[in-house]
Amino acid sequence: MNNQTISPGPATAAAATKPVRKKSVESILFNTFNTLFMIGLVVVTLYPFLNTIVVSLNAGNDTIRGGIYLWPREFTWQNYKAVFASGTIYDAFWISVARTVLSTLLNLGLTTMLAYTLSRREYVFRKPITLIFILTMYFNAGLIPGYFLMKDLNLINSFWVYVIPSMISAFNMIVIRTYIGTIPESLVESARIDGAGDFKIFIRIIFPLCKPVLATIALFVAVGAWNSWFDAFIYTSSRQELSTLQYELMKLLSSSMNANSNPAVAAGAGMTKDSAVNMVTPISIRAAVTVVASVPILLVYPFLQKYFVVGLNVGSVKE
Amino acid sequence: MEETVVKDSAVRKPKKNKKITWAVLKEQRQLIYMSVPLMAYIILFAYVPIWGWTMAFQDYKPARDFSEQKWVGFKHFEFLFKDDSFLQVFRNTLAMSVINIILGFTTAIILALLLNEIRKVFWKRTVQTISYLPHFLSWIIVTGIVATSLASDGIINDILMKLHLIKEPIQWLSEGKYFWGIVGASHVWKEVGWNTIIYLAAMASIDPALYEAADMDGASRYRKMFHVTLPGIKPTIIILLIMQVGHILEAGFEVQYLLGNGLVVDWSQTIDIFVLKYGLAQGNYSLATAAGIFKTVVSVTLLLIANGVAKRLGEERLL
Repeated sequence: MNNQTISPGPATAAAATKPVRKKSVESILFNTFNTLFMIGLVVVTLYPFLNTIVVSLNAGNDTIRGGIYLWPREFTWQNYKAVFASGTIYDAFWISVARTVLSTLLNLGLTTMLAYTLSRREYVFRKPITLIFILTMYFNAGLIPGYFLMKDLNLINSFWVYVIPSMISAFNMIVIRTYIGTIPESLVESARIDGAGDFKIFIRIIFPLCKPVLATIALFVAVGAWNSWFDAFIYTSSRQELSTLQYELMKLLSSSMNANSNPAVAAGAGMTKDSAVNMVTPISIRAAVTVVASVPILLVYPFLQKYFVVGLNVGSVKE
Repeated sequence: MEETVVKDSAVRKPKKNKKITWAVLKEQRQLIYMSVPLMAYIILFAYVPIWGWTMAFQDYKPARDFSEQKWVGFKHFEFLFKDDSFLQVFRNTLAMSVINIILGFTTAIILALLLNEIRKVFWKRTVQTISYLPHFLSWIIVTGIVATSLASDGIINDILMKLHLIKEPIQWLSEGKYFWGIVGASHVWKEVGWNTIIYLAAMASIDPALYEAADMDGASRYRKMFHVTLPGIKPTIIILLIMQVGHILEAGFEVQYLLGNGLVVDWSQTIDIFVLKYGLAQGNYSLATAAGIFKTVVSVTLLLIANGVAKRLGEERLL
């Protein structure tokens, strides 16, 4: 016990020379294995994605010959030009951007506002409202009743079906509320003494202080909105102008999976016949759309890493 | 819910048990304005659709009013349990779920243990950041990558051919016997890095004195991993496992829907796909709703049981 107060260097060296030597041989082996394993993991994780990027930068008619791994053989921007020249994909890209931005802003504002009210212990409806939200994490009415609700609310074939049904998530609310619980109560109380009402306290004090947790939630919500395709598939599939990028990608994938290199599919993506014959194939178009659909998020998440690690752990600390 | 409250509420206790009076409502009107509309919103989108469950007990026809619908009791449920195709999707759902849970837990725990042994901070962070990448890709993109890699000229067959393990390319996605494994492996590829976050956080909170004591006893690295680190994260593992029980019928929808094809339907279809097929595609709303209700009821029941077990084991409760 007392040894802990002595400086560790000489004490451990003197007490355990043998184990240290034994450990070092073992450690070298272990570290070598571990490093190799991690390199393997990095390769398995990155290779498919890097390969997709390379295919998207390689001439489509050349890719078909096979053998494209990590470097393009016939470099070209043609696939990207075709993707952005295609009205369908261009429109879908902006629909995806719009729904992602709107969803994120609404989610952040509304969920934080709700979390603030449910963090106020004096609030008389705190418990029932909290319960109503928490129960939604454990059940849902299901696909068919949900579909009929959207129909009754006239949300079918409307842009708003992407945004309105998912403005608040109970899980995110709990994460934010837990975070608000760590803000010193004295800040709220002194504002109240200065005559601020709850709304003002929320806007001026709580919301700005929640920035770290909001960064996490923004990432989660934005990723969810950007990546979702199912709502476009079941609610708005009959209106092409409302299609999202992921849904367009899904259509490209399923058609090329069923019928490899079908020119009609390429034409469907809005290319000219010439380019379809020459350089751009469904496979290369698919690769380019995949890159366009994933790069926005991949550019952002590494910078938010320190936030979402904390956010996840707050969320797992339960109610 | 109250645990966090009790700790620091001594000062504010008088405020806690306020009765609902006009004066209190007036004083808290801003909190009410900020939360009650949101409560109405969640009731509309999460609770009102439950009314649609009545469809499962009717021969629902969209053209008729509610009062004109024909009530048929449990007919659709009886049909489900005698229907071979439902029993098949039920089997598929359970099987894929169990495979996903077993593979998901073991791989994430092993990866977390190995990541935890990396001493160089920069290398560790780099591997972690890269391992999170697939989590941010949509299932559309991931299934696209999986399909490309497993194609007859894809990288997997390429490698197996070059190692002379197989003589001709395997048609991975055309044979039902591979499907469950492919789904499990896809989940691992997408989520393994992300799932380590929570374990690594648990490992970070293990008392360093335990490792020092193990060092004193000359414990090897493996022994420390198995006798200090692993027991240290055991409570986290148990909680997460129990939480998974409630999701046992959530084998996923997207990956099976996107990777499945006509050749493997007997292995690929899950309850969610069944609901989609009978409900929205064929218009048999009653049957589809019944299947959805079955899924929800089983999930909630399992969750309540798991919650009870957690309580018995003296772990934190989930609800």
